[in-house]
Amino acid sequence: MHWYRYSSPASFYPFAGRMIPWFAWAAAILTAIGLVIGLAIAPTDFQQGDAYRIIFIHVPAAWMSMFLYLVMAFWSALALGFNTRLSAMMAQALAPTGALMTFIALWTGSLWGRPTWGTYWAWDARMTSELILLFLYLGVIALRNAIDDPRRADRACAILSIVGAINVPIIYYSVKWWNTLHQGASVRPGESKMATIMLVGMLVMALAAWFYAIAIVLARVRVIIVERERGTAWVAEILRARA
Amino acid sequence: MIAIPKVPTAPARADTTGAVFPGLRWALARDIKVALRSRAELAVQLLFYVIVVTLFPLATTPERTLLAAMGPGVLWVAALLASLLSLPRLFTADYADGTLEQIALSPYSLEALVAGKVLAHWLTTGFPVVLLAPLLGIQYAMDGESLAVLSVALLIGTPILSLLGAIGAALTLGLRAGGSLLALLVLPLYVPVLIFGTGAVEALRAGIAVGANLSLLAAGLIVAVVGAPFACAAAVRVALD
Repeated sequence: MHWYRYSSPASFYPFAGRMIPWFAWAAAILTAIGLVIGLAIAPTDFQQGDAYRIIFIHVPAAWMSMFLYLVMAFWSALALGFNTRLSAMMAQALAPTGALMTFIALWTGSLWGRPTWGTYWAWDARMTSELILLFLYLGVIALRNAIDDPRRADRACAILSIVGAINVPIIYYSVKWWNTLHQGASVRPGESKMATIMLVGMLVMALAAWFYAIAIVLARVRVIIVERERGTAWVAEILRARA
Repeated sequence: MIAIPKVPTAPARADTTGAVFPGLRWALARDIKVALRSRAELAVQLLFYVIVVTLFPLATTPERTLLAAMGPGVLWVAALLASLLSLPRLFTADYADGTLEQIALSPYSLEALVAGKVLAHWLTTGFPVVLLAPLLGIQYAMDGESLAVLSVALLIGTPILSLLGAIGAALTLGLRAGGSLLALLVLPLYVPVLIFGTGAVEALRAGIAVGANLSLLAAGLIVAVVGAPFACAAAVRVALD
């Protein structure tokens, strides 16, 4: 297997097209299994009742939000270091999905907070740093949209993503220490031991979110490739075949 | 009229080998001279800082204990906004008239030149804010010890604001909606500075040692001094391409 072959948009485009159905179906099936486990099989929590069931969406989204930022920074570093077009396109395709995951994590977190903590929003360390992570994603997307030349946008966004990635752990720990100084660790939900079936459901949903992200990012990167390489002969060929 | 030094074209051979400090010194001297030519602009930025700080008691309460509690936070947020407002000064004019291109072509390393510009920016915008803070802190009924800690925290923290902000300023050079975009890019990165900066005064009020927060700020300054000039120079090169 010659991996460098796929660093060219022309050979990656059909490869990504072949991969998308596999990841999309895996995501759909795992979501179905995860939801059955989460909503039907997993027992009701003795402290939080059925409200806890939102973790089957919330926790995978929160994991993905942080993981996708690192993946985006990784592709950005490759794009800056090796000046490869496809890496920059991958970073561009990852940003909206990362922002979506961050938003879902915040939204479900606040819905979960209402019945368990009695408030939609607490200045909890995780919530606050998640909110700042959302701003970082939106900053990358906004910077991309403000620059007309795609090559300049690639490199500018890459620099911003890398600076952001260095800052993410600093932001997390600063907010965490700030939080402990102010209100102590009072707003954590009950540290009851999680039943194995709950953990299994959460992991299945996390895998589903992961495969969903891969599928959607590959689909988006294909669109970006066609848009950016529309001047080339092979894209013209594909567009003609479609028409 | 102070003469503004020309962009160096061919420094002596001995200079070019380790051209970090000559470049830094040149950019520093030049930007300070340019800044001193428009003193009114500098004064307006300081006034902005003073006015923002003045608005908070009017919007909330003149009650002394509450003011003393929120004073450090207000002074820090105002410092962040003042820094944000002054960031376009760093590169915009030089970018518009082509000076930045000349600077990038000069034989000195661009990282050193950028570092010199950032240092000049801090000396003309951040440092005055540090000097003004104790005066404004008195309006917030803060005691002497709190004012001292706040000043030290601002002294360590405001250079970080200039260094991080310079990256954002370079990234948004010549873009539509540059100003509001700059805020979106830079303010989230300022969050740790804000937290440790206000945390030092909070710790004093809570009776905990203030050293931890100041040390963390200083660590952040070291990281920013080492890293930011490289990111900023890379961003300048991207903008000039």
